[in-house]
Amino acid sequence: MKQKNKVAATTNWPLTILLIAGCLTVIFPLYMAIVIAFKKPTEMTNDIAGALSLPKSWSLENFAEAMRVTDFWHSLGYSVMITVVTVVLAILLHSLAGYAIGRSMAKNKFYKFSYLYIVSGMFVPFAILMMPLVKQTAQMGVDNWFGVILCYLVFYMPMNVMLYTGYLKNIPIALEEAAFVDGATTWQTYWKVIFPIMGPMHATVAVLTALGTWNDVMTPLVIMSGTGANTLPLAQLTFQTQFGTNYNLAFASYLLALLPILIFYLVCQKQIINGVVNGAVK
Amino acid sequence: MKKLSRNQTFLLITVPVLALFFCFNTLPLIKGLIYSFTNFKGFGSYDWVGIRNYADLFTDARVGKSYLFTFKFALVATILTNVVALLLALGLNGKIRAKSALRGVYFVPRILGGLVVGYIFGYIFTYILPAVTGGSSMLSNTNTAWLAIVIVAAWQSIAQTTLIYISGLQTVPEDVYEAGAIDGATGWKSFKELTFPLIIPFFSINMVLSMKDFLMVFDQIMALTKGGPAQSTESISYLIYNNGMGGGQFGFQSANAVIFFIVIVAISVFQLNFTGKKEEQL
Repeated sequence: MKQKNKVAATTNWPLTILLIAGCLTVIFPLYMAIVIAFKKPTEMTNDIAGALSLPKSWSLENFAEAMRVTDFWHSLGYSVMITVVTVVLAILLHSLAGYAIGRSMAKNKFYKFSYLYIVSGMFVPFAILMMPLVKQTAQMGVDNWFGVILCYLVFYMPMNVMLYTGYLKNIPIALEEAAFVDGATTWQTYWKVIFPIMGPMHATVAVLTALGTWNDVMTPLVIMSGTGANTLPLAQLTFQTQFGTNYNLAFASYLLALLPILIFYLVCQKQIINGVVNGAVK
Repeated sequence: MKKLSRNQTFLLITVPVLALFFCFNTLPLIKGLIYSFTNFKGFGSYDWVGIRNYADLFTDARVGKSYLFTFKFALVATILTNVVALLLALGLNGKIRAKSALRGVYFVPRILGGLVVGYIFGYIFTYILPAVTGGSSMLSNTNTAWLAIVIVAAWQSIAQTTLIYISGLQTVPEDVYEAGAIDGATGWKSFKELTFPLIIPFFSINMVLSMKDFLMVFDQIMALTKGGPAQSTESISYLIYNNGMGGGQFGFQSANAVIFFIVIVAISVFQLNFTGKKEEQL
C-alpha cells in the first residue's frame, strides 16, 4: 500500500495528459476514416461537420459495395497467401542460410564472402532492380504472385541473414556437439536443436518480413499488374479511379484494407513492437 | 546412403541460397547497368548509346528537380521525425500513467500501409484543413505540397523511431540521473550532458534508418500527389517508376537508377563512418 501511494505521488500528471492529448494525432485520421466509411454520400455536406460528425445510422452498405468493387476477398486472399508463404519460407530458408554461413564464416573465406555478398544487398534500392525484374520475371513465366514471393525472399534475405547470424553467435556450439555424439547429422541437429532455440529471432524475422510484405505496393505493382490479381494495397491503387468522388465508398475500402493488420496488431501487439525494435537495434 | 559431412551440408544449403540471391538481386542489377548504356524504350529494339544517358542525366532539368526534392524531403523529414520521436520517447519514458497503452497507440502508424495512409491524409489535406484554415489545399500549391508529404511520411516514421529511442532510454541506468542531479544537472542540461551521449548509438540507428527510408519515398507520393503539382514532388523512385515503366525511358531511367544506387551507397557508408567515429570518441 505504501508502495502504491509513492507511485501515485510521483506520477507526472501534466505529462500524462499531454501525451493522451497527443494520441489524437494518431486517432484523428482513423476516426475520420471510420465515420466517413459508415456515412451515405448525402450526409457529406460541404463543411467539416459533414465529414467529421457521427453517421446518422451505422450501415454496412458502403463496405458491401467496396468489397464488390475492389474484389475484396480475392485481394485479401492474395495478400494473405503472399505474406504467409513469404514469412514461412523466409524463416526456413534464411535461418538455414544464417546457420550455414554463421557457423562457417569465422574460418572459411567462402562463407565470409557469402555473408558480405548477401548483406551488401541491403544497399540496393528497389528502383534499380525494378525495371530489369519486370522483364526477367516475365521471361521466366513468374510475373505473378509466385514471382513476387521469390523477390521478397531475396529482398529480405540481407536483413534476415544478418539477424540470424548475429543471434547464432550467442548459441554455444557445445549444444550441437552433444547431438553429434548421439550420432545425429548436421541437418538433423539443426532442426532438433538450433531451429527451436532461435525461436525469438524467428518472431522478429516473421514480424519484420510480414509487415514489409503485407504493406508493400511497389513489388506487386510492377510484377503482378496485368495478371488481374491484386494484393489489398494494390487493389486500392487499381480501383482508386472507380471510387471517383464517392469518398464514403473509398474510405470503406481503405478501412477494409487496414482492418486485418489492425486486428493482428491488437492480438499480438507485444510481439510486433518487440520484433520491430529488435530488428532495428540488433 | 553415405552421411553428409558438416561442410557438405553447409555447402548444399549455401549454394542454392546464393543462386537465388544472384538471380533476383545481382542479375537484375547487372542488367540494369547494361540497359543504362542503351536507348531501350521498354519494348522493341534498341541501340548502344555509350555514356550518353549519363551525360544527359546531369543536364536533364526534371531529373535534377527530382534529386533536389528527394534530398530536401529526406533531410527535413529525417530531422522532423527524430526531433518529435525523441521528445515523444522522453515523455513516454517519464513517470506517467497508462504507459504501455500510450506506447501501443503511438506505434499504430508503423503497421499501416503507406498507400492507404496517404489516401486518408489526402482527404484531410484537400477537404478538412482548408475548411479549418480557410485557405486552399496544401497539395495544389507547388510551395507546400512537399511539406504535406513530409508530414505524412513523418507521421508514419515517428512510431518506430520513438520505440527505438525508448529502448535506448531504458539502457540509461537511473543512478546516472541521481548522480547528475547531485552535480546540478537537471532538465535540458541533464539531457544534453547525460542522456543524449548515452543514447547516441540509438540516434545513429534512427538517423540511418529514417534517411534511407525517406530517400526511397514512393507510396505516399503515389497516393498524395503523383509527383505534382508541376512535378514539384517527384521523388527519384517515383520518376524512375513513372518514366521508366510507362514513359518509354527504360534505358535513360536505368542510368538514373544506377546513379541513385551509387548515391545511396555513398550516403550509407558516410553515415556509418561518421556515426561510428562519434561513438568511438565517447
